[in-house]
Amino acid sequence: MTERPQADGEVVGVQPAAADAVTETLAVANKAKADLKLQQRVEQTAGETHRRALRKRRMRDNLHGYAFMAPQLVGLLAFMIGPLVFAIILAFMKWDGFGNRTFIGFGNFETVFQNEQYRKSALNTLWFTALQVPSLMVSAFLFALLLQRTGPMKNVYRTAFFAPQVTATVAVSVVWLWLLNPEISPLTAGLRKLGWAAPPDWLNDPTFVIPAVVLVSVWQGLGYQVVMFMAGLENVPSSMYEAASIDGASEVQKMFRITLPLISPTILFLSITSIIGSFQVFDYIYVFFDTTAPAYGRTIVYEIVQVAFREFNFGVGAALALLLFIALLLLTGLQLIAQKKWVFYTE
Amino acid sequence: MSTAVETRTESAVDQPVRGHRIGRSFRNPALWIIQVLMAVASIFMALPFLWMLFSSVKPLDEIFQQPPKLLPQGMPWHWKWSNYTDAFDQASAGGAWWSSGFPLAFWNSFYIATLVTLGTLLTSSMAAYAFARIRFFGRGFWFMLFLATMMVPAQLTIIPLFIIMGQLKWVDTHLPLIVPPILFNAFGVFLLRQYVRGIPVELEEAAQIDGASRFRIFTQMILPLLKSPMVALGIFTFLGQWNNFFYPLIFLNSSDKFTLPLVVNQFKGAYSSNWTGIMAAATLSALPLLIVFIFAQRQIVEGIALSGSKT
Repeated sequence: MTERPQADGEVVGVQPAAADAVTETLAVANKAKADLKLQQRVEQTAGETHRRALRKRRMRDNLHGYAFMAPQLVGLLAFMIGPLVFAIILAFMKWDGFGNRTFIGFGNFETVFQNEQYRKSALNTLWFTALQVPSLMVSAFLFALLLQRTGPMKNVYRTAFFAPQVTATVAVSVVWLWLLNPEISPLTAGLRKLGWAAPPDWLNDPTFVIPAVVLVSVWQGLGYQVVMFMAGLENVPSSMYEAASIDGASEVQKMFRITLPLISPTILFLSITSIIGSFQVFDYIYVFFDTTAPAYGRTIVYEIVQVAFREFNFGVGAALALLLFIALLLLTGLQLIAQKKWVFYTE
Repeated sequence: MSTAVETRTESAVDQPVRGHRIGRSFRNPALWIIQVLMAVASIFMALPFLWMLFSSVKPLDEIFQQPPKLLPQGMPWHWKWSNYTDAFDQASAGGAWWSSGFPLAFWNSFYIATLVTLGTLLTSSMAAYAFARIRFFGRGFWFMLFLATMMVPAQLTIIPLFIIMGQLKWVDTHLPLIVPPILFNAFGVFLLRQYVRGIPVELEEAAQIDGASRFRIFTQMILPLLKSPMVALGIFTFLGQWNNFFYPLIFLNSSDKFTLPLVVNQFKGAYSSNWTGIMAAATLSALPLLIVFIFAQRQIVEGIALSGSKT
């Protein structure tokens, strides 16, 4: 640090920048305060020497900044921004990845919108989201509320809830492939015992495929959301409940007037992330059906993988993926706009 | 229900949040009902795992038993443990058992996940430090860009990535699974940046006065203070890589390159009626992380909760 310290005493404001022994020692201490605010004040008050020192410091900061950023910046450009731009261009091209490529304008999008199956797959994906996100969030919230009151047993229950989360989706899917197979499934046997005479053949019944995938994904995703809700609930100050109790508030009132408003940021975060996740559902379906998923069980990402990596029609794949991205952007944007109405920030 | 006021008498340390009352819980019937409810729910959550474990040691003919039973017949020493060795043999497809099939996939998954985890921690913490503490030209712009990319679905970039990797002759090697996640992890950068911002600037300034360089400040002061978020990020990264299915599925073709999820999926495809063998395969892939999780559950769960509250 060659910068000549600006003696901006933290107590008395601006001191003369004369460099005698006394101010020198003061200055050394003050050098430590060289943060943004000081720099700005320095800019305003300092003389030419300080300006030069400042420039030098800025140069050095730029150098250091980019040196520390270098690996992630390379990654950002090479593996995110580059491919993103490339994907947008691809969506307007006809290309099998090897031979000729030609610009075809909105041709790929026309193909996508005219394809009956893609429309069906998009509806399947929407249906999946509509079923999965609310059931996941509501059940996770209720379990988090209950878990909070279990005292010393909390960790045991939490382990059971969270274990599916650390298990590979493939392992989860093959286990559920068994549990959803009516010939050998204990689930079917259990449902029969409960009085459902003819439980469905989940994966071969057009009505029940998507609900079955919802069941599996809720089972696997529950632990994460329970943990997040519990963290949110723990941040609600207990003094609020105490005050409410003293004022004679009922449990229902406490729930709607204290708990829900105070954990609304958690709700928003989970609803944004779980909608994004549910729009991308793929692994379960691919493990359940491999490359031959029936029309009523296919989702958008399944279609992207099929068209791009089985048929090597990269253009149509990119167009589908771009539409998915736009849909996610719109949905997230809408949620962020709507949050002003219901999300409550304490800070 | 006891009122919240009562709970003030409990010690501050033991007192669960919202004052829910360890000491009193056993006298209150409502709380007993909650315990029973949660116990039943936990058993239902665990049932698919138990089904996987016990089915993996059943003889094949037992799976068609009606009604299905959870436990295999007979005592544990009568159970069909050879399902595991059979699964090993079948997955190895003729090669030596330890250099193909499951052991090889296990090694592939392990070394890829380890490299990615270590690399991610290094690059993310560096970028996080720069974003939090160094005023460089374009900082705000780059930061917005990092945040914005968290919205981009992997399916959009994977097609161009596949083409790029093809040009680099990286398809069907492990490089596409290792290099991109090491060099780019927006979530990791963001998470660690939040923590670096929480470290008092005065510490760093004191070190600067003592003549420490940026590099030394970073390695000897910032990194040690980032231990707990780094452990959390490391666990997420390792878990995500170990369980990843999508990227290996796209980038790998030959079975000697396969990671565990791919081998399990392949096994399922090749021996689709060998249900007990499939369960043995699923157990082999799930068990190591489940065991780690049971021992490290506090760090993992709290890390996840922390990351949520920071983001």
